Amino acid sequence: MNRLAWALHDGHVIALRNMILIRRVPEVLVGVLVAPVMFVLLFAYVFGGSIDTGGVDYREFLIAGIFAQTVVFGATFTGAGLAQDVQKGIIDRFRSLPMARSAVLVGRTASDVVYNVLTVFIMSLTGLAVGWRIRSSMLEALGGFLLLLVFAYGFSWVMAYVGLLVPKPEVVNNASFIVIFPATFIANTFVPSENLPGVLRTFAEWNPVSAVTQAARVAFGNVPPDMPVPDVWSLRHPVAYTLIWVALLLIVFVPLSVRQFQRAALR
Amino acid sequence: MMDVAVRAEGLVKRYGAVTALDHLDLEVPVGGILGLLGPNGAGKTTAVRILTTLLVPDEGRAVVAGYDVATHPDEVRARIGLSGQYAAVDQDLTGRENLVMVGRLSRLGRRGAQRRAVELLERFDLVDAADRPVKGYSGGMRRRLDLAGALVTTPPVLFLDEPTTGLDPRSRLGMWDVIRELTAAGTTLLLTTQYLEEADQLARDVLVIDDGRAIARGTPDELKTMVGGERVELVVRERALIGRAQTVLARFAIDDVRTDEQTGMVSAAVHGGSATLTQVIDALDQDGVAVGEVGLRRATLDEVFLTLTGAPADARDADAGVEVGA
Ligand SMILES: Nc1ncnc2c1ncn2[C@@H]1O[C@H](COP(=O)(O)OP(=O)(O)OP(=O)(O)O)[C@@H](O)[C@H]1O
Ligand SMILES: [Mg+2]
Repeated sequence: MNRLAWALHDGHVIALRNMILIRRVPEVLVGVLVAPVMFVLLFAYVFGGSIDTGGVDYREFLIAGIFAQTVVFGATFTGAGLAQDVQKGIIDRFRSLPMARSAVLVGRTASDVVYNVLTVFIMSLTGLAVGWRIRSSMLEALGGFLLLLVFAYGFSWVMAYVGLLVPKPEVVNNASFIVIFPATFIANTFVPSENLPGVLRTFAEWNPVSAVTQAARVAFGNVPPDMPVPDVWSLRHPVAYTLIWVALLLIVFVPLSVRQFQRAALR
Repeated sequence: MMDVAVRAEGLVKRYGAVTALDHLDLEVPVGGILGLLGPNGAGKTTAVRILTTLLVPDEGRAVVAGYDVATHPDEVRARIGLSGQYAAVDQDLTGRENLVMVGRLSRLGRRGAQRRAVELLERFDLVDAADRPVKGYSGGMRRRLDLAGALVTTPPVLFLDEPTTGLDPRSRLGMWDVIRELTAAGTTLLLTTQYLEEADQLARDVLVIDDGRAIARGTPDELKTMVGGERVELVVRERALIGRAQTVLARFAIDDVRTDEQTGMVSAAVHGGSATLTQVIDALDQDGVAVGEVGLRRATLDEVFLTLTGAPADARDADAGVEVGA
């Protein structure tokens, strides 16, 4: 087998180990799954009626934004998980084995996809319960979910890096909010980007979180006909734009994180 | 070259103002057993971590199993086993899951890893606990599981960092047996310990280090001789006879006879073990010196330090403000 195949093999073994940990400490799972339900309910009922989106059903508009925001938030979990991983005794065992150096990261980001699948599933059920509907085909909707998960995966490598950069696991949350809040709020997640002033509007239009949200909205058939898509390439081609970002994130943050992992483990 | 399994030259590692290793050299021949002996903070763990590729030295180089640790860490890792000072096991996994995971990461395949895990669980007496999370293991069980983890691939070179610290006497003997079995089978071993007795029991060569420097090396016997080996210690009943006891003991002593007026304790380093002890007792008897307690005591690590550095290990440790490494 070549290096890449071994890296995937080793990452897979670590992912399996993380899955066992999920089963053994199910309290974590509860936390992970309650938050999305809360997000959907809060936004649907608190903001649902009070933000004017121009005659469009705001809840319908909102749901893709909540999905995007929640999976991006979920990446914090990856950072925190890794920050804990490098402090555990088992890391010395990993590092004294001739395994791929990326294995712990590949395994962690992979097992966190499982969280995201569950999260999206739970949010969808909650959304359906509060009146959200998929107005496209099942296949298109699946494409939307898939894109959300792919984006979340790419973004989880950013948080992996952040998680390994901070000196203590407890700091991960604070550090990641600095990245996550602007990324998810200066976007078209909760308000149409044209409602934003000047610079913020440009930021929002080119923000990949906006693109993935827009793509999901389209995939779910939740883009109302009377709401024009802003005339920027990123939002006109949200799927392509999202995928470009995912590729960029991976190209930059996979090597950065692997290197930082080595350093963090040396501490 | 190939008859040397581990060779380190001029290893230096600094942590800020602390010099954990100060130009340390060491060598273990293939099939050899080196005991690295030293007190808390001597640099034992630092040395082991460098030799097992977990830590990069500031200076110096090391070759393990024929490969340079700096340039070929993967080749080194494929040939070594490590059981560190703190057990490198996953608390939330069971013993079996831990070993299977290590096996799979060592590329034994799923079946191979499972088979190996079963063998090791049996060998290390962990079958009953195999499917319980490690969280609930005792210190000794953890230690054994960790050693099992180091042996998954039957590595030719093994590093054990204080393998018996914290074990009860029975577990310690059990661990010694396991280690003897491994070395009898030809495994090269580098082991660290704070106990001269342990080095004596297990190692063929001993390197005493302190403050990151080698302060003595030799076989356990040579070392014990160097520090006065065994001591006859006795307590004289009548304080007035201390002088006479001292004279008697001086006939057998290799070094100065020490006396303590307060307790009546007279002691001296001797050769010849219990035979000498018998002679001493006879001689005292003839001279009419009645003694209370009398016995033969092995040199302790403290005495090694006393002799080699002129100060007890503990005192110097405290002076230097040395902390226990993480
Ligand atoms: N990560 C670290 N940061 C700062 N200082 C360190 C670190 N690791 C070790 N040291 C220092 O280096 C010195 C050697 O430590 P080391 O752990 O190698 O000693 P040791 O011989 O293994 O001691 P012990 O018997 O307590 O395990 C000590 O003074 C220790 O405080
Ligand atoms: Mg140590």
